[in-house]
Amino acid sequence: MSLKIIVPVKRVVEASVRIRLRSDGGGPDIANAKMAMNPFDEIALEEAVRLREQGLADEVLAVSIGPQAAQETLRTALALGADRAVLVETGAAIEPLAIARILAAIVAEEGAHLVLMGKLSIDEDNNQTGPMLAGLLGWGQANCASNIALSQNTARVTCETDAGLETRDVPLPAVITADLRLNEPRYPSLPNIMKAKKKPLETRPLDAFGIDTSPRLRRMEIREPPERQAGLVVESVDDLIARLREADLIPSGRAVQ
Amino acid sequence: MTILVLADHHDGMLAGTVSRVVTAAREIGGTIDILVAGHDCGAIAAAAAEIAGVNRVFCADDPRYEHGPAERIADLLVSLAPGYDVLMAPASSAAKAIMPRVAAMLDVMQVSEIVAVRGPDRFDRRIYAGNAILTVEAQDSCKVLTVRASAFADAGRGAAAPIEPIAPIEGPALSSFVSLEASRSDRPDLATARVVVSGGRALRSKESFAELILPLADRLEAAVGASRAAVDASFVGNDVQVGQTGRIVAPDLYIACGISGAIQHLAGMKDSRVIVAINTDAQAPIMRLADFALVADIFEALPELTRKL
Ligand SMILES: Cc1cc2nc3c(=O)[nH]c(=O)nc-3n(C[C@H](O)[C@H](O)[C@H](O)COP(=O)(O)OP(=O)(O)OC[C@H]3O[C@@H](n4cnc5c(N)ncnc54)[C@H](O)[C@@H]3O)c2cc1C
Ligand SMILES: Nc1ncnc2c1ncn2[C@@H]1O[C@H](COP(=O)(O)O)[C@@H](O)[C@H]1O
Repeated sequence: MSLKIIVPVKRVVEASVRIRLRSDGGGPDIANAKMAMNPFDEIALEEAVRLREQGLADEVLAVSIGPQAAQETLRTALALGADRAVLVETGAAIEPLAIARILAAIVAEEGAHLVLMGKLSIDEDNNQTGPMLAGLLGWGQANCASNIALSQNTARVTCETDAGLETRDVPLPAVITADLRLNEPRYPSLPNIMKAKKKPLETRPLDAFGIDTSPRLRRMEIREPPERQAGLVVESVDDLIARLREADLIPSGRAVQ
Repeated sequence: MTILVLADHHDGMLAGTVSRVVTAAREIGGTIDILVAGHDCGAIAAAAAEIAGVNRVFCADDPRYEHGPAERIADLLVSLAPGYDVLMAPASSAAKAIMPRVAAMLDVMQVSEIVAVRGPDRFDRRIYAGNAILTVEAQDSCKVLTVRASAFADAGRGAAAPIEPIAPIEGPALSSFVSLEASRSDRPDLATARVVVSGGRALRSKESFAELILPLADRLEAAVGASRAAVDASFVGNDVQVGQTGRIVAPDLYIACGISGAIQHLAGMKDSRVIVAINTDAQAPIMRLADFALVADIFEALPELTRKL
């Protein structure tokens, strides 16, 4: 059976940027912020490309839902090894449930049997689109993968959990979300960046899907968290201990030796 | 309102986070039921029944719920959902896999990791690695929430609520458990610990992490945490990574040892009551955030601190 992998990639503010809020209450000021592919999606894409390079998959399709500028993110995906890309173009902010519905429609159209995606988008910190998509499709899922071994249409996935590393077998079709330690993504090489310009990148309007994407969560207010009060530089370990004792944070314990 | 809380549990023990989710549920207001799904989980259900303010506990005790298969537990929650206005769970790794699946099956949007309840359908959550607080109003008739347990207090104990067994849901397994490489420890759980001692890249090796961080944590009866760099370098297991993409903690005391304080690390510990940072670099971002900053080499300062406590 031929295997097509879909990798959804989101364009987000680059991980090292500390966002500022606009003074008009309109949310993060990202007009001039450096943008990048969501780091977890980079990792998911790398994994998909490796599976194709190992002959375990036939095609890798990168999909982004977002503004026209997300074409840039998709070109990067093509330079990193995706075979094709689709942009579902919209200027609106789309919630994870609607993102999952659009992805489910694309999965059906494409006849894909594996979706490899990020566990989390670092901007909105939702952590939900992957399991949502699996639920809509009625597929098995594995989250926060730190290792994937694919054989005979079953993925053996090691997942990062609060209890340690849990390994599960997930027969395809399945949705797998990537965690940080799954792999180290490659950098796009210059020849691959050139090649990527010739790879197919299709843009489709959101309307073409006939999916209701109106928000279910009303955004009432967005504000900065309270600043922490400036702290104190302590001179020595003894000084530190004295202050922690004073604040009743550590037991009074043994006498200083 | 009728509220159903999905319990989190490990190693036959109810997670301390569940009681904190009950506190959040009480702030929403209404009757609060708890669902415990697992195998041989009677004792867990009994512990859940003792959380103050709980109306009853459903216990789905069946081999098919062993090792928390997200797909099956989601089916179970979906089958119970018609009786509830709110489904909620601690934002644990398990719930992060289960609850969005449930939300999608019910055609509702999940509100992820709430940190405050502003009203029956209004919640605060952190976005951009904790650098903004967003208040949202959930418009769906059934609300699916995950809760950042560190933001809520323990509900305490009350009179034991009744426990009702419930039958498992039939259906194919969509995935199966193979193995768990658990990092066992007798230390307090990170999510609810009063004191956390964390180590970063500066620890240099698994051995020095064990020699410097663990004795201090033992001395303070603290949970052990780490930065991503320390976990990537295998000084400690993945389950103790503190940060945007790891565990979120807010202890009374957080001691960051040889950690620079990248945005993603701060996202996981910034709400700690008192932060201590020990770093050779006085300019490291964590030193500016710390209540008490000690400019020192951890290889000297940590043994001294442990000895003198
Ligand atoms: C998508 C994404 C998600 C991430 N998620 C997380 C996350 O959840 N948690 C997390 O922690 N990180 C996360 N990171 C990584 C984060 O950006 C930083 O790279 C990481 O936190 C750095 O770890 P560190 O502070 O231990 O190492 P470094 O940044 O290298 O800092 C080491 C510090 O030790 C000090 N030092 C060195 N020697 C000594 C000594 N002898 N004594 C005392 N101090 C010394 C140095 O001055 C320095 O400040 C994420 C990154 C990305 C891109
Ligand atoms: N707008 C989008 N376009 C493409 N993929 C997305 C989009 N939003 C979310 N995703 C995918 O869903 C994952 C989880 O995102 P989230 O649930 O928003 O934290 C991301 O890592 C992406 O793989």
